[in-house]
Amino acid sequence: MGRYIIKRLVMTLVVVIIAAWLIFTIMFFVPGDPARIMLGSNATYEEILAKREQLGLTGSYISRLAKYMYNCFIRLDFGTSWTYETPVFEQLVSRLPYTLIVTVSQMIFSLIIGVPLGIYAALHQNRWGDKLVTVFSMLGFSIPGFWLSLEMVILFSLRLGWLPAYGTGGIEYYILPVIGMSLGTLCQNARQTRSSVLEVMRADYVTTARAKGLSSNKVTLKHIMPNAMLPIITMVGGSLGGLIAGSAITEQTFSIPGIGLYMLTAMNNRDYPVVEAITILLAAITSICMLLTDLCYAAIDPRIKAQYVQGGSKKVRRGRKKNG
Amino acid sequence: MKNQEKEFLSVKDLVVEYTSEDTVIHAVNGVSFSLEKGHVLGLVGETGAGKTTIAKSILRVLPDMSARVVGGEIRLESEELLTKPEKEMEKIRGKKISMIFQDPMTALNPTQTIGAQIAEVISTHNKISKAEAQTRAMQMLEMVGIKADRYQDYPFQLSGGMKQRVVIAIALACDPELLLADEPTTALDVTIQAQVLDMIRNLKKEMGTSLILITHDLGVVGEMCDEVAVVYAGQIIESGTKWDIFDHPSHPYTVGLFHALPDISKKTDRLSPIEGLPPDPSALPDGCSFHPRCPYAEDKCRQGEMPTVEVSAGHFCKCCRCGIVNEEV
Amino acid sequence: MAEATKQLGQNGLNGADVKSKKKRNGTGSQVIRRLSKNRLAMFGLIVLAIIVLICVFAPITAPYGPNDYDLQMIYATPCLKHPFGTDALGRDILSRLIYGGRYSLALGLCGAGFGMIAGCVLGCMAGYFGGICDNLIMRACDVLSAIPGQLLSIVISCVLGGGFFNTVLALCIGGIPGKVRLLRAQILSVRNVEYIEAAQSYNCSSAKTMFQHILPNTYAPLLVNLTMEIGGTIMAAAGLSFIGLGVQPPTPEWGAMLSAGRDYIRQYPHLIVFPGLVIMVTVYAINLFGDGLRDALDPKMKH
Repeated sequence: MGRYIIKRLVMTLVVVIIAAWLIFTIMFFVPGDPARIMLGSNATYEEILAKREQLGLTGSYISRLAKYMYNCFIRLDFGTSWTYETPVFEQLVSRLPYTLIVTVSQMIFSLIIGVPLGIYAALHQNRWGDKLVTVFSMLGFSIPGFWLSLEMVILFSLRLGWLPAYGTGGIEYYILPVIGMSLGTLCQNARQTRSSVLEVMRADYVTTARAKGLSSNKVTLKHIMPNAMLPIITMVGGSLGGLIAGSAITEQTFSIPGIGLYMLTAMNNRDYPVVEAITILLAAITSICMLLTDLCYAAIDPRIKAQYVQGGSKKVRRGRKKNG
Repeated sequence: MKNQEKEFLSVKDLVVEYTSEDTVIHAVNGVSFSLEKGHVLGLVGETGAGKTTIAKSILRVLPDMSARVVGGEIRLESEELLTKPEKEMEKIRGKKISMIFQDPMTALNPTQTIGAQIAEVISTHNKISKAEAQTRAMQMLEMVGIKADRYQDYPFQLSGGMKQRVVIAIALACDPELLLADEPTTALDVTIQAQVLDMIRNLKKEMGTSLILITHDLGVVGEMCDEVAVVYAGQIIESGTKWDIFDHPSHPYTVGLFHALPDISKKTDRLSPIEGLPPDPSALPDGCSFHPRCPYAEDKCRQGEMPTVEVSAGHFCKCCRCGIVNEEV
Repeated sequence: MAEATKQLGQNGLNGADVKSKKKRNGTGSQVIRRLSKNRLAMFGLIVLAIIVLICVFAPITAPYGPNDYDLQMIYATPCLKHPFGTDALGRDILSRLIYGGRYSLALGLCGAGFGMIAGCVLGCMAGYFGGICDNLIMRACDVLSAIPGQLLSIVISCVLGGGFFNTVLALCIGGIPGKVRLLRAQILSVRNVEYIEAAQSYNCSSAKTMFQHILPNTYAPLLVNLTMEIGGTIMAAAGLSFIGLGVQPPTPEWGAMLSAGRDYIRQYPHLIVFPGLVIMVTVYAINLFGDGLRDALDPKMKH
C-alpha cells in the first residue's frame, strides 16, 4: 500500500510538471504583449523594450521554459506578480484560506444534505418523497449558481437585510456564497446517490442479505451503503475540482479575496506569473484529491485494495476473469 | 386426511405479477403444491417459467418495487406466511427457510469477507457472542469443504465453485427446516456440479431438511428428487412422484422434455427438441399456454381453463387431452 | 403423428418469426415509445422545442430588434409594451433574450458537440488500437483532467479572447477527457465480443470495424451524455460571459445580459431575473429530456 501511495505521489508530481509546461506554453504563445498592456498605449518603444527586459520576456522559448521550470520546481519560487509587484507565493498563502474555507464548506454542505436526500429517495422509490426529490434535484441542478446567488443577495441582503451582500468577515458572510453556489452540486449529489443506491438495491447479494433474515435497516446499512459508496466517492472527488474551479465565479460574485479572484484579475492584466502559479497550485490540489478518492475506494472495496497492494492492477483483473 | 397432517409446506393458487412500465408480466399463475417433511421436490422447467419467483415468494424476498403477490396462500406447518408481519418473517428467513441462490458470482457481497457473511446469519438468529459466531462460521466453511483459514477472504478471491459453497454454507448455517435450492449447479463446471449435489444430499440426510430443488436439468431431478412438478409459463402442468413423471409422462410438454434428452440405452440419430419458444409472460395465449407449441393441440385447447386430471394416485396433469401422447405411442 | 410433427414445426416457426420481428422493430421504436410515455421527458421536449423555435425565428417572434434602443424608456419595469422590461439603453429585454437564445443554444450545442466529436475520435483510437496510442492519449487526459475544466475554459477564453468560435473551443476542451474515458471504456467492453472478432476475421479494416460495428453499439451512453452536456455547456457559457469572458456585449447572450444587469440589482432586479429564469427553464427542459432518454435507453435502470 505504501509503495502504491509513493508511486501515485510521483505520478502526481509528473502531472503537475506537465501541467506547468502546458500553461507556460499557452501563455508563451498568447497574442498580445504584456509589457505593452501594462504600460498602456502612451508608452514609447524604448519603454516597452525596457519593461520586457525587466519582466524576463526576452530570450527563446527553450531558455525561458528552462528558467521557469528551474525556478518553480527546484527553487520553489513562483516569481513576482507583475501588476502588484509582490511575490506570488506570499499572495497565494494569504489568499488560499478564503478559497479553501468557501470550497470546503460548499462541499460539506452539498454532501451532508445531498447524500441523505438521495438515500431517502432511493429507499422510497416511486413514492411522493422520491418524486419530490427527483424533480427538485433536477431543477436545482439546472439553476446557474451565480444567478441563484444574485437572487439570494437581492432577497436576503437587499430586501430583508439579514445577510451581508459581499465581502469577508464572520460566518454570516459565507452563508450566501456557500448555499447559492453549491446548490447545483448538492442536487447532483442527491441524484447520483439515488441512482447508485437504486442500482445496488437490485443486486443479488442484497436479496441474499434479506434471505438471511436481516432487518431492512441492517440490509441498508451493512450491504447497500458500503457498495453504493463507491460511485458517491468518485462524485465527491470530482465535485471538489469543480467547486475549486468555480471559486473564480463565486469570489467574483461575492468579492471574496481568494485565489479565484486573484486569478481572474491576473488573467485580465496578463500577469503571467500569477496565472501560472495558480494553475500549478490547482492542478496539484486536484491531483491530490484524486489520489485521496482512490485511497477511499481501496478502503471500501477489497478488490481495488488488492490491486494496489499487488501493484499490477491488470494481473488481478485477469485472474478474476479466469475464475469467473 | 392423513396426507394433510404430514403436510409441511403447502402452496395454494399462488399468483405473482411483475409490473414494468405499464406491462404486467404474469410470472406465476395459480401454482399449488405441497411438500412433506424430509422430502425433495423438484421444480422443473425452462428458464423464465417462474420457478425462481415461486421460491422467492415462499421466502418473501421478491423485489418490493416491481413484484406483487396477487393471490394465494403459502402455509408452513399450517402457519400462513404471506400475511405475516415483516418482523416475524425476518425470524423465519435464514432460520426456518433458507435459499441457495442461482448465481454464486453475484450472490455474495463483494465488500465483506466470506466469513463475516456466514457469521452474520448465525448471529442474527442465535444469541451468541461474536467470537462464537465466528467459530461456527469457520465450522460451516469446513463443512462445505473450504479451509477455515480462508475466513478472511473476499468473494473475488474465490473461484465460482467455492463461492457457491459459501452460498450454501450461508443457507445451511442455521439448520433450516426447508431449503430452497435455485439451480444450485447451473453456474458450475460439471465436475463441481457433482460435488455440490453430493454435498446437498449429505447435508439433507444429516439434518433431515426438506428441499425444493429448482432446476432445468432432468438428470439432477432423477438423482435427487422424490416428487417432481413441471412448471410451464407460471403454471404447474404436471406433478407426481419422480417415477410417475419419468416413467409415465402425460403432458405433451413433459414428453417433449424427455424427447429432448439423449438416451444412451437407445441408438438415436437425432434428438427432438420442442419447437418454438416459451410464450411471452406479458401476453400469455388463451387456453392452454402450451398450445402454440403443442403437436396435439385441438380447438378446445385454445380457450378456457385446462382441467387437472389425476392420471394415477397423486399424479396430476393439467391437459384436456391428457394421456393422448401415450395412447399414440 | 407425421401431421402432428409438421404442425409443431409450423407453430414453432411462427413463434420464432413473431419474436424476431419484435426484436427487429425493437430498439429504435421501443425507445421512442418508452420516451413518449415519460411525461416529464415529453414536457421537457415540448418546452425545449418551443424555446428553440422561438429563438430560430427570432425576427418574426421578437417584438423588437435586439439593439433597438428607446432612450425614453430606459430601465422600464415589466409592462404591456415590454413584458420583461428594458435595460440601460431602453432595449427590450424579451427581444434581446430571444435573439440571445440563438447564441446561447448554439454555444451549448457546438461546445458539447465538438467536445463529443473530439472525445469520440480520441477515445476510439485509445480503445481500439491500445498500446502506445492508448497510453499517450490516456496520459494526456490525466494531465488535462488535473486542471479543472472550468479553470481551463477561463484560461483559454481569456487567452484567445471573446468571439463565438473561441468560446466554443474554451467550453469543449474541459469536457474532452471525460468523454475519451467513456468512449474508451465502452469500446474496451465491446472490443472483445465475438461479433467484432467476426468482423476482423473477414478482413474488415480497422476504421470500418470501428464505425460500422463498435460505435453503433456504444451510442446509448453517448447520446445521454451529449444531451446532459448541452445543458451544462449552456450554463458554463453563461458563467463565462458573466465574469466578462466569452461572448462580449453588446451581443445579447444570456450570461452577458446577466453580467450587464449585475450592477443594478439593487434598483432594477428585473434586469437579471428574466435572463436567469430563461437559462434555468432551458437547461431544466434539456435535462428532463436527457434523463427520460436515459431511462428509455436503459429500462433496467428504472426498476
